[in-house]
Amino acid sequence: MNPMGFYTLFYKEVLRFGKVLLQTLIAPIITALLYLLVFAHVLAGRVEVFPGVVYTAFLVPGLVMMSVIQNAFANSSSSLIQSKLTGNLVFILLTPLSHLEFFLAFVVAAAVRGILVGAGIYLVSVFFVTVPVHHPIFILAFAALSSSVLGALGLIAGIWAEKFDQLAGFQNFIILPLSFLSGVFYSIHSLPVFWQHLSRFNPFFYMIDGFRFGFFGVSDIAPLFSLLIVLAALAVLTAVTLLMLKTGYKLRD
Amino acid sequence: MSAAIAIAGLHKRYPRVHALNGIDLTIERGEFFGLLGPNGAGKSTLINIVAGLTRFSEGRVRVLGHDVVTDYRRARRLIGVVPQELTYDPFFNVREVLRIQSGYFGLGRENEAWIDELLDALMLTDKAGANMRALSGGMKRRVMIAQALAHKPEVVVLDEPTAGVDVEQRKQLWVFIRRLHREGHTIVLTTHYLEEAQALCERIAILNRGELAALDTKRALMARGIGRMRRLCLTTAEPLRALPEALTPKLRRQEGNQLELQLDKETDSIIAVVDALRAHGAVITDLSTESADLEDVFVELTHRNPR
Repeated sequence: MNPMGFYTLFYKEVLRFGKVLLQTLIAPIITALLYLLVFAHVLAGRVEVFPGVVYTAFLVPGLVMMSVIQNAFANSSSSLIQSKLTGNLVFILLTPLSHLEFFLAFVVAAAVRGILVGAGIYLVSVFFVTVPVHHPIFILAFAALSSSVLGALGLIAGIWAEKFDQLAGFQNFIILPLSFLSGVFYSIHSLPVFWQHLSRFNPFFYMIDGFRFGFFGVSDIAPLFSLLIVLAALAVLTAVTLLMLKTGYKLRD
Repeated sequence: MSAAIAIAGLHKRYPRVHALNGIDLTIERGEFFGLLGPNGAGKSTLINIVAGLTRFSEGRVRVLGHDVVTDYRRARRLIGVVPQELTYDPFFNVREVLRIQSGYFGLGRENEAWIDELLDALMLTDKAGANMRALSGGMKRRVMIAQALAHKPEVVVLDEPTAGVDVEQRKQLWVFIRRLHREGHTIVLTTHYLEEAQALCERIAILNRGELAALDTKRALMARGIGRMRRLCLTTAEPLRALPEALTPKLRRQEGNQLELQLDKETDSIIAVVDALRAHGAVITDLSTESADLEDVFVELTHRNPR
């Protein structure tokens, strides 16, 4: 094992997004708050998704998780593709870091960024609305696991993409629709039956539903089942990423 | 004792190109070794395979006895590679880049003194806090060399380290690389500047179209083929109508009153040639000689037997 090597790569990845905080932390927090302001203003008082929970409060965990998801993905994917395209990835590939250390460093750093953005949104939103916390363990577990899933997916996308355009396609045609259609703004019970069934094939739905359970103690699906789905997604994506790293797919010709 | 780099039966096949075709090469510890070859000969492919950046189709590669595939962690700790492409991470300053690089190899604060030494030796001390984007091409190249040395590797591979570096800085780099060699590092150098290889390297491999065209000491390479030759350039008062019969096979070029002859250093005497020309009526007004150098040997070897 090379714990110092792992820590260095993790530290480098955190330092990298730390150097552009405006873009990596502040901007997503402001974007999420704008969503909150607009949707809360338009829908507050008209919609009640969970009994006794105002719509603005309902919205907060969804927006937090959506931002966690998008930022964790953005961190690992953009860091990897930038290093790959500018060529400086070679300085990591030349080192004795194992595939697992490489994977963990990128994924944990992505999770840190996702969770920091999520925490920022939560902290600012409590100035506008009271959001209860029923099961903090579920909140932490879903935040950590979901950001790791997206960190791993970001690595896969970063390794696969050969140009920024392909990565943008991945982000705009897969990550964005799946996160928007995962119940951020609504409960799936408010959807027609067909769309309810379809939502169950969206792994992001389980992330948001389980995360929301941590706040309100209410969810569309049993939270432990959601946790299982997220864990399974993490296991599959970890296996795929490690296989890509081991074989050197698109990294070592 | 294990060789610094041991390559046996190495093949690298791309879908349309057989980039390396059965390379067998051993570089001993402490050598200053030159790897030469025209563009596309396979030099960088070979180096990337040794560094673990490129997979290979067949064969075995070891660094100080450690297999670069099955024991890659130990192999990579023992080798430092300066890649050919000028590349840098625009997020960090020079010191951060070097700290991060040594951290990848498990080295922490205890390596700070070596980082300072590298900065000093590579004339980067006053740029330690500068962002990589703010550096000139030559400085970026020197940072890349420092990155390759950050973990004090025993074997140092420099793939075109002086490309894009001005003459003065190139000479300073030579001094630094020579110092590394004196301190016991094995140095493997690829370069397009053949005078660089001639000045620095003890043993040289010439790679051509994925095969070893030559592998020998510099002295032995220079003592064979064209390396044994000397050019004799003469200017005569009047253009010569004919040459003495004995000199005709040695004539390489004749334009007006200019003559160029190729002589064997061992067997041909310049005095005898001049005497023969004078006896033939030539009035010699100027004369110069030039020994064949590594470039001539290189051109001869890489242009022979084209496939």
